[in-house]
Amino acid sequence: MPLWLVSAVAVLLAIIGWDLAVRSAGRTVIPGPIAVAQALGELAESGLLVRYTIASLFRVTWGFLLAVALGIPLGLLLGWFRRGERTAGPVLQFLRPISPLAWIPLAILWFGVGDLSAVFLIFVASFLPITVSAMQAARNVHHVHVDAARNFGLSGVAIVRRVLFPAALPQLIVGIRLALGVAWIVVVAAEMIAVNSGLGFLIVDARNAGDRYDLVVAGMVTIGVIGLVLDNAIRGLERAPAFGGRRT
Amino acid sequence: MSKSNRDGGDGAAGTERPERSTKLEVRALEMTFPGPPPVRVLEPLDLDVAGGELVCLLGPSGCGKSTFLQIVAGFIRPSAGRVTIDGAEVTKPDRKRIFVFQERGVFPWLTVEENIAFGLGDLAREERVRVIARYVELVGLRGFERAYPQELSGGMKQRVEVARALAVDPDMLFLDEPFGALDSMTRLTMRSELLRIWQAAKQTILFVTHDVDESVQLADRVVVMSARPARIQRIVDIDIPRPRDLSSRRYLELRDGILEEIGLAHTI
Repeated sequence: MPLWLVSAVAVLLAIIGWDLAVRSAGRTVIPGPIAVAQALGELAESGLLVRYTIASLFRVTWGFLLAVALGIPLGLLLGWFRRGERTAGPVLQFLRPISPLAWIPLAILWFGVGDLSAVFLIFVASFLPITVSAMQAARNVHHVHVDAARNFGLSGVAIVRRVLFPAALPQLIVGIRLALGVAWIVVVAAEMIAVNSGLGFLIVDARNAGDRYDLVVAGMVTIGVIGLVLDNAIRGLERAPAFGGRRT
Repeated sequence: MSKSNRDGGDGAAGTERPERSTKLEVRALEMTFPGPPPVRVLEPLDLDVAGGELVCLLGPSGCGKSTFLQIVAGFIRPSAGRVTIDGAEVTKPDRKRIFVFQERGVFPWLTVEENIAFGLGDLAREERVRVIARYVELVGLRGFERAYPQELSGGMKQRVEVARALAVDPDMLFLDEPFGALDSMTRLTMRSELLRIWQAAKQTILFVTHDVDESVQLADRVVVMSARPARIQRIVDIDIPRPRDLSSRRYLELRDGILEEIGLAHTI
């Protein structure tokens, strides 16, 4: 049996199990797979599915890109200079265990209810893991490679561009993947509180507007599927040989 | 034979190499790594190397010969003393003098041809393509131009590194136990490859090794270094004509002499 078929069967079994569990529980507010599929159809038909998905992806994209654009250079810099790490390390380690969701009240205070708050929360959530992994990546760059580059007459910016960055890239991509996972989790939470659109809002709204648990679960399914797609896209990058992936 | 370093003067007649001038001059070079605790690595040492000469630095592991090589290459500043090459003091690495690390120095994110092209940025495109092809051919990696290092064996990676060094046409090469990580058969092949390349291009080569046989097979002169802190124990002229017969009496004599010098018996 090919591997993809094994995975497909596993998914099918999970759906059947879900269906059986709901049926055997008798009358319940928890919807089965068929009800959820109908709810998804309803959302698709009304256009809400696409609109909310785009709204969520939009926030993740901006918050995440901002974190990448600031976190990678900052992390590489801190890792490159030993003193940089000594300086910023404790602050980063202090901020790390604070859940990004703890920033929600401050986000609303600063940016109000709206896209900016959500983007800020996603930025906070992904900036730290990206910075820390970039810092470690720079620290792990083999000194031999830097020496070799200097030997060929490179210095300064050329070493960063041609050695430091490509040497750090495999580890950067791992950091980016972890951060994107966190960002996708946080966007849903942020949308439950700080905005009036998106997949997270869909879930809260469906419950508040009349216990439409079929819509709640439909939102969850959509979130899961998109998270899976994002993760796989970055895994694809990781496998590319130019990014340090292994072709076997 | 022909080693004729400048104070040697033992008659250059009949040598295959023309008279050579001093390329590298090391004077009262000392190295102590600052502590704590400070580690004394090199006792004051002097060495002259002639242009086009192949000198092996032989010593036990960890004796400081690699440090010596890194200082001469300009990666590390010495605690005292000076190194001059072609009359100019060495203060930083230079693309005319390439350091070959073990195969660890190959850039894993570049293909074989991209690695070889690394130092060729200032060449025109067609010229660059020609140089790459030439050195791919020279080190026997045809067919692997687009391969990434992780797809290559240790010996092949080592050849990529050597090709990358040679491609910028350096007049000096520093080789730090370059064949140490290879299996013994590949190592023998690589040695004769190195000799072939060197005899064609006549670079000055400093070759660090802890392998007595390797040093006697390759070098014009073997600089025998003591355990740390390193000093020069003896300099041995290897006066065997090339290609060298590894079972000749002279070869065995020289080898055994060096083994004795470093206090190793040649029976096991």
